[in-house]
Amino acid sequence: MVEIVFVEPSGSRVAVNINEGWSLMQGATTGGVDGILGECGGSCACATCHCYVDEDRLSELPAAGESELEMLENVAAERRPNSRLACQIKASAALEGLVVTLPETQE
Amino acid sequence: MSDAAAQPGIVIVGAGQAGLQAAESLRAGGYQGSITLLGDEHHGPYHRPPLSKAWLAGEIEASQLVMRAPELLARKGIELRTDTRVAAIDRGSQLVHLADGTALPYAGLVLATGATPRMLSLPGADAANVLALRSREDGAAISDAFVHCRAHNLPVVVIGGGFIGLEVAATARKLGLAVTVLEAAPRLLARALTPRLSDWFAELHRGHGVQLVLGAKIARIETEGGYASAVLAADGTRYPAGLVVVGIGVAANDMLARVAGLECDHGIVVDDCARTSDPLITAAGDCTVRQLEDGGLLRLESVNNATEQAKSAAAALLGQVRPFTGTPWFWSDQFGWKLQMTGLAAGADQVVLRGDMQGASFSLYHFQGDKLRSVDSLNAAKDHLTARKLLDAGLSPTPAQAADMAFDLGSLVAKK
Repeated sequence: MVEIVFVEPSGSRVAVNINEGWSLMQGATTGGVDGILGECGGSCACATCHCYVDEDRLSELPAAGESELEMLENVAAERRPNSRLACQIKASAALEGLVVTLPETQE
Repeated sequence: MSDAAAQPGIVIVGAGQAGLQAAESLRAGGYQGSITLLGDEHHGPYHRPPLSKAWLAGEIEASQLVMRAPELLARKGIELRTDTRVAAIDRGSQLVHLADGTALPYAGLVLATGATPRMLSLPGADAANVLALRSREDGAAISDAFVHCRAHNLPVVVIGGGFIGLEVAATARKLGLAVTVLEAAPRLLARALTPRLSDWFAELHRGHGVQLVLGAKIARIETEGGYASAVLAADGTRYPAGLVVVGIGVAANDMLARVAGLECDHGIVVDDCARTSDPLITAAGDCTVRQLEDGGLLRLESVNNATEQAKSAAAALLGQVRPFTGTPWFWSDQFGWKLQMTGLAAGADQVVLRGDMQGASFSLYHFQGDKLRSVDSLNAAKDHLTARKLLDAGLSPTPAQAADMAFDLGSLVAKK
């Protein structure tokens, strides 16, 4: 299990233990975190699991793939350098304690 | 029951993609009353798109399909009732009658009852291993049958070359199973794709070892001891099968609405704001058919349609007007290829290729005269997203611009 700390749009921090190999989208939505829709179920097709990853640890994540980068152009909230899609980030030991902030809106 | 004493709130019939979205949009829109989400399945809302892919392949576990943790729904004041079947809607008394004999009063109603796979009316179609795919359980049953087929070296026969059938076929091939797809029409995906792309998908499947039969006429399903052992074609060809998957489309679940006297036509008729013929009742998702401005009816079965209509339905019940005007989009994953479609090709008279159909990615642009109608992209997410922006804004590239890889189609959007 990998602990990821989500900061909901309201500002509340919710720590979720996520199975290794699960996506952060799956971990958040099944872990009771508010602020992620994940409409397409993790197919990288809808851009409603937009999140901001702790900038200091951005480099620890595998880089976004081409389709994720394209989908990020379509997010509802502001796109920032640390914008990612939570469905494309797999939980791994390297991400222990990562802080992921959720945007105001996904739609 | 205490329900009758409480102030009637909004009742949502159907706890799938549309039902959940309606519930969350009502709360997000500031609705303060009670929200009751009724689902006839044993599970709360779950992701259906992976059912034909990762779930069928055994790559993910059931808990990964869950769309919302129960505690999150509770936190939002959304009361989820699973295993709950609705028997009837009494519009006069504004009551939803449940199959257990109780009733729920409503101030507003969302019908998000989904659709049911059509089954074959052929001898042998009721065999235990003739399966359709709609629910988690359906997926699990097909997944189990895959294991059986592999253990006994039996082929899978898919009846219907639509999206569900082809995704199941692709997943079965990925697992190393022998697969035959029988399609009645002369080409695959005939309802959704233009002939050029149908041919491309046929080549894709054949290239991955799928035995593809177009124009197939099925006579019956042979059974042994209640299990299908082969599909027999009208021309006498026998296709042995350890599993038969039927993917021949769905029928909208509009029975409740019809019996309640709401206007239905192969689906619950809604306007572009998801309103039915009763001002207190909205409907969203696969159970609906949308009345267009030109009088035509549009049935869309997709996640995008479910969520957009649900947002409109929630807004309508909050007294707002939120038409679903965005360009429809859809996707499918097969053999490592992501098809992304946007717009509606109906009426298009010219197809323009961008990229190389033998290459790693390409898109087909469909024009009616000089107006862009729809774009189908294969592993070309940028083309797809740009197309959505263009179509949303009512902008068209010229056919020559669409075909020119050196021309940045996004620049047309930016210019707006």
